[in-house]
Amino acid sequence: MIEARGLVKKYGALEAVAGIDLEVHAGEIFGFLGPNGAGKSTTISMLCTLLTPTAGVARVAGIDVMHDPSAVRQRIGLVFQDPSLDDQLTARENLEFHAFVYSVPSPDRRRRIDEMLEMMQLSDRASSQVKTFSGGMKRRLEIARGMLHQPQILFLDEPTLGLDPQTRKSIWTHLNELRTKKGVTIFMTTHYMDEAEYCNRIAIIDHGKIVALGTPDELKAMVGGDVVTITSADPEGAAQEITKLLGVTPSRDDGALRMEVADGKAFVPRLVRELTAPVDTVSLRRPSLDDVFLKLTGRAIREEEVSARDRNRAMASRWMGRRR
Amino acid sequence: MSVETATKPVITAEAQAAPVDTRTASLRAIYIIWYRDLLRYWRDRWRLVASLAQPLLFLIVFGSGLSSSLGGAFGRGTGISYIQFMYPGIIGMSILFSAIFGAMSIVWDREFGFLKEVLVAPIDRWAVAIGKALGGTTQAMIQGLILLVLAPFVGVKLNILTVIELIPLAAVLAFGLASFGVALASMMKSLQGFQVVMNFLMMPMFFLSGALFPLTNLPGWMTVLTRIDPASYGIDPIRRVVLANSGLPGVNSLGLTIGGQVLPIPLEAGIMLAFGAVLLGVAVVMFQRRD
Repeated sequence: MIEARGLVKKYGALEAVAGIDLEVHAGEIFGFLGPNGAGKSTTISMLCTLLTPTAGVARVAGIDVMHDPSAVRQRIGLVFQDPSLDDQLTARENLEFHAFVYSVPSPDRRRRIDEMLEMMQLSDRASSQVKTFSGGMKRRLEIARGMLHQPQILFLDEPTLGLDPQTRKSIWTHLNELRTKKGVTIFMTTHYMDEAEYCNRIAIIDHGKIVALGTPDELKAMVGGDVVTITSADPEGAAQEITKLLGVTPSRDDGALRMEVADGKAFVPRLVRELTAPVDTVSLRRPSLDDVFLKLTGRAIREEEVSARDRNRAMASRWMGRRR
Repeated sequence: MSVETATKPVITAEAQAAPVDTRTASLRAIYIIWYRDLLRYWRDRWRLVASLAQPLLFLIVFGSGLSSSLGGAFGRGTGISYIQFMYPGIIGMSILFSAIFGAMSIVWDREFGFLKEVLVAPIDRWAVAIGKALGGTTQAMIQGLILLVLAPFVGVKLNILTVIELIPLAAVLAFGLASFGVALASMMKSLQGFQVVMNFLMMPMFFLSGALFPLTNLPGWMTVLTRIDPASYGIDPIRRVVLANSGLPGVNSLGLTIGGQVLPIPLEAGIMLAFGAVLLGVAVVMFQRRD
């Protein structure tokens, strides 16, 4: 469905995307995961023909994005990171506008609009102006809109950004339903690690490069075994002891010591028995995608940085909304 | 596990299906972009009311005030009072502002994201520029023609001929300025430049257009500027039609002249139309640049 080879985007000296190769298969949900500024949006924009690549080739739905952007756009649906609805119009009017510019044949127009409203559970609000919608409803309407012209691939750039966890979950339910009922391939970016679990395959991107690609389980297998985290009143001493006595080098993570071990269940009793430094808490868990990311890039995706941005965004839109 | 690099190209059968003619799609897009603008215009009743308030303020306060201080000095024996003179100018003013504002709503669309939805559609960019220009034109025409209801209050007699002649003239003025608005909007990336456009382009354009005073016996520099102002060529014919049909033929001596010659109305309309066409061309070129 999507095929990219050596995709590069440069802005002057800055290399936003530094050579990306990937292949997305028909009918899968493919997640593009990475921190802000990693090159996710730039890559998605190139695949959607919104940006011209500096180098490399990309074929989307079998069509070269450089060669025939219009044909690509006819075959893909887009949900942008920032809202792009006309909030003075009703939900139905927004969909009608889209159906018109995407040449949905008039006999099908009404039927498809009704069907998508139904699927996204917006039928009862079809005639309300979008300005009365919640963030989650707007997102659902944008997804409905992106699907109206029956695209083969739906691209979503951070579709759940700034939504509360419950709404995020419902968006995922809808996306899964779309994939099963409509057979659409879904390509999405996110920086929420927990969401990446819903994807069939994930590419982790950092500094404009793909650092890992596989199913969530495959990626987690990259972290050797289990993750053990301890807190101690004397982290320095504890770290030294662990390295010396247990042969594992822990990493410091916000005052806690974190280590990856093959067999966590056997490791924890040994740790408690042999350590003389005071141990306050011990935790043992299966690796998450956060651990994968940490291992690959040496840092965590900081949620607080993300939420600060969300707050700004929400504030900005409130302020703008009032001026409209 | 390493980064997966597959080599098999993916080409599906559906990829060849459903070819859509971009040109037909673009024509449809012009219609729906225009339609959306009218829908929004209709829905935003407050804007409708607010946009009538300004012309009324001008006519009642400014017009009455200046009339009393001018006394009978205005009109040089044409029998035209200042308010009668100003009234068609206010219709022109209303068209001028609503055409430019209407077309410049593109900047708002950009700011609030909707423009993206339009720009990524599989249509040609010229359709966006033309759709917006026509949307602005229609809104401005409605806005200008609504003011005809005030005619009896300023002593101007309307007849059906006036209205029939006025519609194409209002359309031409509205089109010229809406195209101007789209061209401006295509060069602006945010709302920040809006104030500048307002103060340094729209207000001078309005003041120099002959909406408020006759463009005769002006200082030389001003005469030149008023003749450069494209709005002059749109407002003058509106005034001549409205007042001449109201039994005030003396209006021609207060009209726009070049080298002492009164310009024929079709020529004025032609100048306005050409101005609009050129600027729409500029807008189309600006829009076609991919950003």
